[in-house]
Order: sequence, then C-alpha cells, then structure tokens
Amino acid sequence: MSAPLIEMRGISKSFGAVKANEAVDLSVAPGEILGLLGENGAGKTTLMNVLFGAYAPDAGEILIQGQPVRINSSADALAAGIGMVHQHFHLAPRLSVLENLLIGIPGKSGRIDRAGGLARLAEIGREHGLTLDPGLPVSALSVGEQQRLEIVKALFRGARLLILDEPTAVLAPTEVDGLFAALRSMAAQGLGIIFISHKLNEVRALTHRCVVLRHGRVAGRVDTPASTTSSEMARLMCGHEIVPPARGPSTPGAAVLTLQGVSTSHHSGMALRDVSLAVRAGEILGIAGVSGNGQRALAEVISGVLAPDTGRMTIAGKAVTRFSPREVQALGLGRIPEDRMTTGLVTNLPLADSMVLPRIGTEAFSRKGLLKPDAIRAFAEEQIKAYDIRCPGPMTRAGALSGGNLQKALLARELAFDPKVLIVSQPTRGLDIGAARFIHEKFLDMRAKGCGIIVIGEDLEELLMLCDRIAVMYEGRLAGTLDSADATVARLGLLMTGAGQAGEAA
Amino acid sequence: MVRLEARTSTPAWFNLALPLLAIGATLILCSGLIALAGAGVAEAYGVMFSASLGDSYAITETLVRATPMIFTGLAVAVAFRAKFWNIGAEGQLLAGAVASCAVGAIPMPGLLAMFLMALAGAAAGAAVALVPATLRVKFKVDDVVSSLLLNSVIFYALMALIEGPWKDSFSGYPISPPIEDSANFPVLLEGTRLHLGVVAALIAAPLIWFLIARTTLGFRIRVTGENPEAARYGGIHVERVLISTALLSGALAGLAGVGEVGGVHFQVMSDISPGYGYSGIVVAMLARLNPLGVVPAAIFLAAVMTGAEAMSRATGVPAFLSDVIQGTALLAMLVALLFTAYRLRRVGAAR
Ligand SMILES: Nc1ncnc2c1ncn2[C@@H]1O[C@H](COP(=O)(O)OP(=O)(O)OP(=O)(O)O)[C@@H](O)[C@H]1O
Ligand SMILES: [Mg+2]
Repeated sequence: MSAPLIEMRGISKSFGAVKANEAVDLSVAPGEILGLLGENGAGKTTLMNVLFGAYAPDAGEILIQGQPVRINSSADALAAGIGMVHQHFHLAPRLSVLENLLIGIPGKSGRIDRAGGLARLAEIGREHGLTLDPGLPVSALSVGEQQRLEIVKALFRGARLLILDEPTAVLAPTEVDGLFAALRSMAAQGLGIIFISHKLNEVRALTHRCVVLRHGRVAGRVDTPASTTSSEMARLMCGHEIVPPARGPSTPGAAVLTLQGVSTSHHSGMALRDVSLAVRAGEILGIAGVSGNGQRALAEVISGVLAPDTGRMTIAGKAVTRFSPREVQALGLGRIPEDRMTTGLVTNLPLADSMVLPRIGTEAFSRKGLLKPDAIRAFAEEQIKAYDIRCPGPMTRAGALSGGNLQKALLARELAFDPKVLIVSQPTRGLDIGAARFIHEKFLDMRAKGCGIIVIGEDLEELLMLCDRIAVMYEGRLAGTLDSADATVARLGLLMTGAGQAGEAA
Repeated sequence: MVRLEARTSTPAWFNLALPLLAIGATLILCSGLIALAGAGVAEAYGVMFSASLGDSYAITETLVRATPMIFTGLAVAVAFRAKFWNIGAEGQLLAGAVASCAVGAIPMPGLLAMFLMALAGAAAGAAVALVPATLRVKFKVDDVVSSLLLNSVIFYALMALIEGPWKDSFSGYPISPPIEDSANFPVLLEGTRLHLGVVAALIAAPLIWFLIARTTLGFRIRVTGENPEAARYGGIHVERVLISTALLSGALAGLAGVGEVGGVHFQVMSDISPGYGYSGIVVAMLARLNPLGVVPAAIFLAAVMTGAEAMSRATGVPAFLSDVIQGTALLAMLVALLFTAYRLRRVGAAR
C-alpha cells in the first residue's frame, strides 16, 4: 500500500474516569477501506470524533500525508479533506437536496452557485451511483437517501477520507448493496474510507483491513478480513468466544395474540391492509420485509398506540377494545419499540424514570396518585443488577448509557412483568454481538417459559436463527408465512419483493 | 483558544452555583451602569441592600413584593417543566385580581370571602391559561405567541372595566370599588404589610415541589416535557397532561393576583402588577424550574425592586436599573445554563 492518507498516533481521550481511547494508532491509505470494530462503548465513535475535530484528544497526534495537523473543529476537518457521516444525520429537513449541499459553501461573488452545485451533484451521482433528485426537500427522502446525501455532501466538500459511523444500521439489505457499491467505487478512485459496523459479515465483505478496539485500546488488527472468520473477529472484540444460541424445539400452546382482518387508514409509513396473524404461546414469529411495508403500523397497532379502522385483536384470549398502551399492557403485552432513544426512553431524566414509565400508574410504582420513590428506585436497582446494565446507578441520565445497555434496560422493564406476549422491533440494531447474543438468549428463555414473541426485523439471518415461523410483509399485507425449517434467505427475499405468494395466513 | 464541548452529566452543585454565578455576573455588569449614572457603585448597592434586607421592616416589605413573584414563578416553572410555554402569567394574574376583587366586594363573612376570592382568582387564571393550551393541543398554535398576546387582551379588558362599569364615580379615577373590609387579608405582624398571602406563597412552593417530584401527575409532566413521544408510547395522554399543566399554572398565576387584591391594594387598578407575570419567567429560570428555588429567586428580584427605589432616591440612579438588573439576570442565567450541557475546554491554536 502507498503512504498513509491519514495517521492517528497514540490518541488518548478520557471522559472523567472513563478512558474512551487509550494510545490508539490507526492509519488509512488512499484507496483503502478500513473497518473499525469493537463492542458497544469500545470507543469507536469517540476516536472518529477526535479525527473529525469534535473532541480534542488528551494525548496523541494526527498526521495528514505525513504532516502533523491540529483539528479543532469540523470546519478544520473538512478543510483537511476529512468527511464524516454520523449515525444521526445533520440535515436541514425543510431545505432541498441542493440547498443542503450548498449550506456553508461560499458562492460566486456572494451568490449561491446553483448551477455549479447541480453539475457537481450530477457528476458525483454518475461516478458512484449516488443519484438524488436535487429539488426534493430532505423531509421527503428515505433514510437511505438522506444517508446518500450526507455522503455526497462530504464528497462535494472535497473529502479524501470518508468516515461512516454504523451506516448500515439504518439501511435495508438491498440498500446496503447500493452503499457498498458506491464505497468501492470511491475507494477505486483513491479515497480512504473508515467503516464502522457491528455486522461482521458486512465488514468481511467490504473492508481491506480492520482495527479492533476493546475498552478504548487496540485489541488487534485483521489484515485479511475476507479470509478471517466472524468468530475470530468476535473473539478479538470481546476477548472470548461468542456462540450463537441454539433454538431447541418448541411445543407451541394456544394463541396468545391474534389479529383478524386488521386495516389502518393512512399512516406516516405504509398502512395495514387486512392483516391476520396469530402468535402462540412458546413460539417466536418473525415479521420480515423491506422497511416501510407496514411494519411500523403493525407494531403501533399491537402496542396500542394506533387504533385500527377495521379488524379485531385479542391478547391472551381477550378482545382489545380501546387500543391504548395501558390496555394492552394490562392484558399482558410487553413492548420494545424500534427507536430506543426517541420512543423508548427519556434521555434527559434518570434511567429509573424510563424504566418505570409505562407502568407508573400501577400499584407497583404509585398509589392514589403518589409515587413510591423507594419502590421505583429498588425496581431499577434490581433490574440493573439482574441484566448487568452498565451504569453508575438508577439516577444516571438515561441518555448517557450505551445502546446495548439501553436495550437491556428496555428489555428489563418489560420482562419484569412476565408478559404473555412480547412485541419487539429491530431488537439488536446497533448492538454489538455480545449484547445481541444476550438479547437473543433472553427471547429464547421467554419462549421456553411459554411467552409468545413477535420480532419485527430486517436482518434475515437473525430472524432465521431466532424464529419458529417467519411472515413477510409487503405493501401493508402479509405476503406469506414460512416455517423456519423451510425458510431460506432466498425464499424470504423473493416474498419481500412481492413476487410469489406462499404459505397460509400466519 | 477555548471552546465548548458537550458533557454527559451535570454535577449536582451546579444547581446552586449557577444562579449565584448569574447573580454575581449581573451585579458586576450593572455596576457599570451605576458608575455611568455618576454614583458610587459600593454606595448604591449598599443602599439597595439596606433598603431591601437591612432591617426587619425592609425584609417584610421585600417578602410582600416577593409574594406575587413566588406565585408567578411557580406558575412558569410548572408550565416550563411540561414545555408548555406559558408567557401569559401576567394576564392570568390580572384575571385573578379582577375575579377576586369582584368576589371580595360582595358582603359575606371574612373567612368565606377570602376562600372564595382565592377560588375565583385561581379559576380565572386557569381559564385564561386554558386558551393557549387548547389552541396548542387542538390546532398546534404556538403557545408562546398566543399566551403572550393574550396578556394585552386581558390588560385592555381590565382597563375597559375600570374605565367603565367599575369606575369610581366619586373621584372619577379609573380604579375599581374596594373589596369589603372583612375580606382584607389579615396582617400577621403589627405595623407591617406582611399579609396572609405571603404565608400562602411560602407554603405553595414546597407543595408544588411535592407535586412535581412525588406525584404521578408530576412524573407525567416531567416526562411529557422531556420527551412527548416516549410519554405517549408509555401510555401518558400528552394532551391531557398539557391541559392539566396549563390549568395548574394559570391557577397559580391567578393566585398572585388574589394576593395583591386581598393583601396589598384591596382594589384593582391599571398598575396593580408592575410586570410580576414577566418577572415570574426570570424567577423560574433563576430557580432552574425547581419550585423550591423559586422562593429565594423571587426574594432576590423583590429585593432588587425595593432596593432600586431607595437607591434611586439616595443616589439619583434611575429606578429603571431594577428592570435592567432583572433582564441582565435572565440573560446571565440563560448563559449559565449553557454550562449544564457544555464545558469549556482549552485547545491549542488552530493549525
Ligand atoms: N461525551 C461523553 N461524555 C462522557 N462519556 C462519554 C462521552 N462520549 C462517550 N463516552 C463514553 O466513552 C466510551 C466510548 O464511547 P463511544 O461512543 O466512543 O463507543 P462506541 O465504540 O462508539 O460504541 P457503540 O458501538 O455503542 O456506538 C463509553 O464508555 C461512553 O459511555
Ligand atoms: Mg458509536
């Protein structure tokens, strides 16, 4: 490989007592795609934020083409040719694609250079297959398109090194292919790329080299990811073997959740059209599908956030009438939302508050309108211990926890009440493999105890490993249901595109 | 070079240190103005202090002034906790004053009159606050704008009342008829104006603290304010919480008006509130929306107000300085609040 494009030497960064990075060395050559791996909280994002100028390192230096540089702000980073696509995008939703692209770009003699922007946008689109409609407002773009815009923005500003922090966590499998093609095309032109992901098969397919972080330090380097097994990488990340849990045979009991002919009217995503399904005690039903095909509406109806226009739903044999969160909970439904940070938790309040939020009105946590602060605290402490949630205590701000720990907290708050049915969306999105493994095990435990579980997800391999049956959603309907014994990625993929109807109603 | 860096947790002592820091910065900044007005800074602040907190009579006067601001401060603190942006405490106070004055003018036993005055004042304030809350919940109308504009509506309605039907026919002044003597709030200390409403305010603060910190309604208010989406998913009726918050907030602001009518003026006139409703915003921010902090914050502002008048008489510095101090204190506090989310970090020179 040629001389490095950028080099980080001996980077250390602490937050109070937490050593997020310690003496990390890392370099990227032109044309190289570098994978950055590590458990949740290993320090990947922190390291990249140091490179992008958001944090000043406590020690260490950054070299660009051999020259030491100081990067004190994102403006410095951009000027040095470093672009970053954060996990949460930084776009102005009401402005158009083109306007977003031109924000902060000095125009020609005080005027915005629209024509130049359009030309460059088209050029970048052609070169890497990153096409975008320049006139559309950002609010009308899908998540994948917004991400594409972030990449184009970085290229537009002349980035020679592109950092992507968990870009695939928000993408559907087909979108991932498009992203990878674009990244390979950029690397072929001599760009350096740093790619962060928890999905080891993606890392193996895409990257040329990997750096693995553990507790802020470099735990290992992988020079040939393509010929290194996922379990070897996992061992580097966690320090021990990760064995996928085995799903034993189950003997499903009676139906604990049924939907009959459920339809919803217009919805911000896709509405439901005549959906019928049943989940039995002791089984896990997967709901696969390209996101935006009604999964959100389905989750909202079952969670009691959205009342359907027509159709019936029962939980543990009882009809749901009001479709309120309190009602479905009282009937024995546990719920884990898709978006932990915005729907699940209150990031600015203590963790304990988030852990009791859905049941604050019940006898467990209040009486006659008065809170039971001791009971709330004790509950949170108990769950923190039981689920090994890493945090200083129940009064920590929830937003300070890592993704894996937040997910454990949400799981704990539902499972503590022995639900008869559990509905979860994207249960392991953004989690490292150790944390994902923990969540999977809990689901299998619940299944063994006779809980019926619905898992809505896009990761087909996860669904195949976890579920007894998998239903596929397409345009608001269930396109078919497969027994997991008969299901393959290929057959599911076919159903997901709307081709070929198979099986009976779920 | 120094720059801001996000922090993940806020040390507990910030709650106390930040307001003190803001007040300190305010006094330093305003000393420039005192010097400009040609007075000695130490002398001016000395007069301010002794006139507001220097002896027991001064202290009672300051407490009497602080009382309406404790109520409006609580009103704003409760509302802002739910992120119901009630800028209308001024109008709610006036409505409370008018309603309690109307009730107080009806002859009846004193205790009953006082009770009904409080009830009517609270109800009137709540009714006024209900308007912006309903507009927001039902039609997504911005509550800052609607609650603020409503203040003028209420103020001119009050003017119409005291220039019209309530006008004093004997003197011709635009003031309402006085309430019954028996409805005057009892004075607690002979020779001062320390009235029952002062005690009510001092009791209200811990009650509201308890409500926010220890009741399910308070929990719902906090959660709704911080993350309405998570609140809704968790089974909280966000709209209902906003309406309840507005009613509570308006009632508290209304009580501020009741105290002024029953304990200080015994009638309604156009300048019954020198902006106590707006001062409530400053008080609530200085208190960091903590109901217990509202009491010292209101006393501070009251001391500034009473002190500024004395200072003006003694040194010739215009009494408007009191308004400047209030405004500066609010700005200083807003800047200080930045440090709960960010820390300053020294970095090397840019490359
Ligand atoms: N601004 C901050 N203040 C205090 N601690 C922080 C801050 N940012 C990160 N940390 C801590 O530093 C450590 C590293 O966090 P970082 O976000 O870099 O991990 P990560 O490898 O990106 O994890 P994930 O896979 O969950 O995204 C964690 O322990 C985290 O709690
Ligand atoms: Mg990260």
